[in-house]
Amino acid sequence: MRPPHSRPPRKAYYGDAHPFRGLGQLAAGRRPTPLMYPARAFLFLVWFALAGCSGIQSSLAPAGDGAHRIAGLFWWMTGGALLVWALMIWLTYSAFRGRASRQSPRLARLYIIGGGALFPTVVLAVLLIHGFRMMPPLLASAPEGSLRIAVSGEQWWWRVRYHPPSGPPVELANEIRLPVGEPVEFELGSPDVIHSFWIPSLGGKMDMIPGRRTRLTLRATRTGTFRGQCAEYCGTSHALMAFPVVVMEAADFARWLEGQRQPAANPAEPLLAEGRDLFLMNGCAACHAIRGTPARGRIGPDLTHVGSRLSLGAGILPNDPEAFVRWIAETSRVKPGVLMPHFGMLPAAELDAVAAYLESLQ
Amino acid sequence: MNPAPNDPEPPAHTPPLELQRAQEDRLRRAWQKPAGWRYWSAVNNTEVGVWYTATAFLFFLFGGVLALLIRIQLAVPDNDFLSADRYNQVFTVHGSVMMFLFAIPVFESIAVIFLPQMLGARDLPFPRLSAFGYWCFVLGGIFLCGSILFDAAPRGGWFMYPPLTSKYQPGVGADMWLLGFSFIEIAAIAAAVELIVGTLKCRPPGMRINLIPLYCWYVLVAAAMVLFAFPPLIAGSMLLELERAFHWPFFDPVRGGDPLLWQHLFWLFGHPEVYIIFLPSIAIIAMIVPTFAQRPIVGYGWIVLAAVGTGFLSFGLWVHHMFTTGLPGISLALFSAASEAVAIPTGVQIFCFIATIAAGRMVRSVPMLYTLGGLATFILGGLTGVMVALASFDFQAHDTFFVVAHLHYVLIGGSVFPIIAGCYYFFPLLNGKKLSDRLGRIAFWLLLAGFNLTFLPMHFTGLRGMPRRVFTYPAGMGFDLLNLVSTIGAFLLGAGVAIVAWDIIRPKKRQPLVPRNPWRAGTLEWLPAMPPESWGVRSIPEIDSRYPLWEQPNFVRDVDEGRFYLPDAEEGKRETLVTSVIDATPTQCLRLPGPSFVPALAAVSLGGFFILGTFYLWIPALVSLVIAIGVIWRWLWNGTAVIPEKPEKEIGLGLTLPLYRSGPESVGWWAVVITMLAVFVAFVSLVFAYFFYWTIHDDFPPAGSQGGPGVFWPCLAATLLLAAWALTLLARRANRRDRAGVFSLAIIGAALLALAGGAAILAGPWLTGLDPTSHVYPAIVWLLALWTALHAATGVLFHAYCFARRAAGRMTARHDIDIQNAVAFWHFVILTAVITVAVIAGFPLVK
Repeated sequence: MRPPHSRPPRKAYYGDAHPFRGLGQLAAGRRPTPLMYPARAFLFLVWFALAGCSGIQSSLAPAGDGAHRIAGLFWWMTGGALLVWALMIWLTYSAFRGRASRQSPRLARLYIIGGGALFPTVVLAVLLIHGFRMMPPLLASAPEGSLRIAVSGEQWWWRVRYHPPSGPPVELANEIRLPVGEPVEFELGSPDVIHSFWIPSLGGKMDMIPGRRTRLTLRATRTGTFRGQCAEYCGTSHALMAFPVVVMEAADFARWLEGQRQPAANPAEPLLAEGRDLFLMNGCAACHAIRGTPARGRIGPDLTHVGSRLSLGAGILPNDPEAFVRWIAETSRVKPGVLMPHFGMLPAAELDAVAAYLESLQ
Repeated sequence: MNPAPNDPEPPAHTPPLELQRAQEDRLRRAWQKPAGWRYWSAVNNTEVGVWYTATAFLFFLFGGVLALLIRIQLAVPDNDFLSADRYNQVFTVHGSVMMFLFAIPVFESIAVIFLPQMLGARDLPFPRLSAFGYWCFVLGGIFLCGSILFDAAPRGGWFMYPPLTSKYQPGVGADMWLLGFSFIEIAAIAAAVELIVGTLKCRPPGMRINLIPLYCWYVLVAAAMVLFAFPPLIAGSMLLELERAFHWPFFDPVRGGDPLLWQHLFWLFGHPEVYIIFLPSIAIIAMIVPTFAQRPIVGYGWIVLAAVGTGFLSFGLWVHHMFTTGLPGISLALFSAASEAVAIPTGVQIFCFIATIAAGRMVRSVPMLYTLGGLATFILGGLTGVMVALASFDFQAHDTFFVVAHLHYVLIGGSVFPIIAGCYYFFPLLNGKKLSDRLGRIAFWLLLAGFNLTFLPMHFTGLRGMPRRVFTYPAGMGFDLLNLVSTIGAFLLGAGVAIVAWDIIRPKKRQPLVPRNPWRAGTLEWLPAMPPESWGVRSIPEIDSRYPLWEQPNFVRDVDEGRFYLPDAEEGKRETLVTSVIDATPTQCLRLPGPSFVPALAAVSLGGFFILGTFYLWIPALVSLVIAIGVIWRWLWNGTAVIPEKPEKEIGLGLTLPLYRSGPESVGWWAVVITMLAVFVAFVSLVFAYFFYWTIHDDFPPAGSQGGPGVFWPCLAATLLLAAWALTLLARRANRRDRAGVFSLAIIGAALLALAGGAAILAGPWLTGLDPTSHVYPAIVWLLALWTALHAATGVLFHAYCFARRAAGRMTARHDIDIQNAVAFWHFVILTAVITVAVIAGFPLVK
């Protein structure tokens, strides 16, 4: 069986800067001498760590307040941890090599009380104080009048409802857009199983628990395209529950949201009109809504502007007609266990028409 | 009974040689292991413990193969080696097998082998219970592991969060997990009871509480933790299974349930679990380090204190697994601080080892190599633990590969490396042969390199945004190379494990025997001559030092020549000593049961209940349960509380001890009380669930429920059960005074009242029409009532048993173990009943 997701998604979205491009150069070079191996291993490690800063889903390439704070905390703690570890190894090593006669009971007590009890107590107290001081900003809610976005994790996609400070809410799906520099409050929930809402580039994660409402405030610090993903194991296709995140200038964001608020345009070409009719005829409207058409289903994602999104199937396929056909015809192979039935029985021409119509919903 | 002299010395003269040989013959005959196919009826700790360890190790290899499947699947992006569903089964079974079928059992099995030897005992106090635990473990383990071959394995992750596992995963997998592991957990609790009683009551004379070998201290702490950690999980599993099988809505938010309750109950087990795994493993280090430093451990008291402290602290940390569930900041801060605090006792223990190394004259050896490698790895895991314990950082790290890396550093460094160290260290005690130094070293470097290559990159995989438990990932996200490196490392790690496994199983017929006490250790387990005899210890020594082999003069000679206690088995019976808890003064010469198939039969029939229940075949399951009760009855009837042919026995050094003791003086009574403590913890977990629902609902009990089960029936039930309890006490008194008529009347009356009480407690919710599927309130009330009724029913079995024992002459006025244990059980029944009634009938009134 071919894998449902074997075709890599669109390059432009995932970024084509391969973080390991330098590997070949590192491995090439002079003839190795025995000493070079540990040196290289160390270099490799350092480079490994630093290379971690790139990526659209990396918590170490922060683009939000929370992520910045936590990444900073991580690097400080890592430095400290390595220091403590080296100290312990050195102590053990010298204890192992040292001559027994020099050791006195007083020294032993120093080891146990000083090293085992006092040292960690002091270090941990400092760390805790620092960690506690970080918590209020990480947990604070956004001020009154901020943009609120209600996100509902559903097996395996995201229902996203924008509540701008003014104007009626707009329901979209599988993509999050934010204005840069403004705190945004996410209201998180789930109607089925536990999911976790996580945009590593912007900040920490928060679980979405059936029967509960959780909150998370994020503030993006730079524009760009990032990726979020479900972090709590939520069933068969847990791995395939992601979403693109676009941080935009505030004005662009307002314009975009206004566009998304509009109902879908009427199809201008006969092919697109045929696509719409097929969409309605084949029962798609039972689950999907396309504002401006009779389609008002609430079970699946809203498709009013699906053609304008950066991905299909909750962050797993590029958004082009070919991928659309695949999604419609081989749904459960693309995303195992998904609720949507596949429509592989439709003739290819009809599939193309539906795909073209949906793609036209900009 | 003669009081033990303060510090008895072994006689100065050598016993005649022919007497020694005759004694050895008799001992050998009494402790002989059964031959042929009957070999599998053995119950001796040296047999059962070895089977147990070997089986756990096989499950470890199985879990390891699953890990390799995981790594193959993740080696490259968009891989289709495993389907999504298959992958989810594989990681679920990998985690569950490693935790429940390897880590916990291997601690108990190693302890079953070595605890008696370290305590100079001939066996643990309940050999047949060990055998029963082993057979439960094999049966449940094969059932669970086999499921993956039929594509029917659990797929909810090893922590099985509902509602995913309650409503969204039909099929037998989740039931298998819930019932199968509950079955295995019951076996684990049985083993824990045995280890606790063994450490407390079966020490050699003179081994006061401050002379106990560190290994035994650690085992004591870990076993006690099992008693308090497993019951919440068993209670949680029961709630979840009731929701799956009968739609009682404990975790369904639509009907008042809450998925977070599972997380609390699960992690209330799950976090202590980590220390239950870690402490007994570090215990092995605490034995190895002094041996190779050739000096006593530095900071004995500190280590004991730290181990006990870790045990206590570990029950206050569970919420750090739930930092991202939206709990209030104050909880996050509190549990962050508590989680960091546990680093302190851990640090104390590690520095005690370093101090011992510093103060000693180190001998290089393979066990020491694994010890140091394990510590270095564990410290790194501990340091990342300090990082994730900080809630602020955990917001990013939680549920990513960073956590996967952290937990493997802790568990492999803190447990697998020490256990392999233990394999190399203790192996000569099994058959007098050593494992290969050369293979050990090669395996060590493979393991260390492979391990770090696998798990070090995972820290970055996680922080770059890869969540755990994903069956694949897209290319170009910065995960690709890191994952490939991890996969290569995993195969190196696998190669290392394969070499260790080969070293253990390779034929060693032609290899020479090692000399006695090959590492020149100081503790009792190294007493046996090579190869060891199945009697354990030739004569049970008087101890006045932590390292008797180093510090007590002529110790080995005196033990060997039978100059200490119990050098003989005159009656051909298996015997060991029971001593007092604190001072280890001898109080009884305990007769131990010999080989039997009954424990295996009991395990099979009890397993039948759980396995058939998995398939919702309730009638056959109940039949199997009844058979299990019958088999256990028979087991107790013939094998326990046997009235000896004479009241007391001379055991050497001028000491005469009774052969039969009852009540708090008997090991059986301790076992009943300790077991019931675990059962009571499960009950407290259910009460916790009741009040948890109260905290999350504005209106609990809900307005429509009209006072729940009412006041009348629950109070009637409490009254009836109190009367039954009082009559049980009366029956004990009547038995002691040998008044058969009063005894019979009291015990029959108690049984009838208990039955009526059990019925009355159920009548409450029944007559008020509470429907357990309608809302969580009636469900939890019903469950508490059922729990109490079940206790009452079991109490009636105790009554019937005592009645029959007395009628058959197996219980007399002086030999009253059975009724004493029944009373101990009934204390817990009445405690449970009173609390239940206070909660289900009283709380709605207060509110």
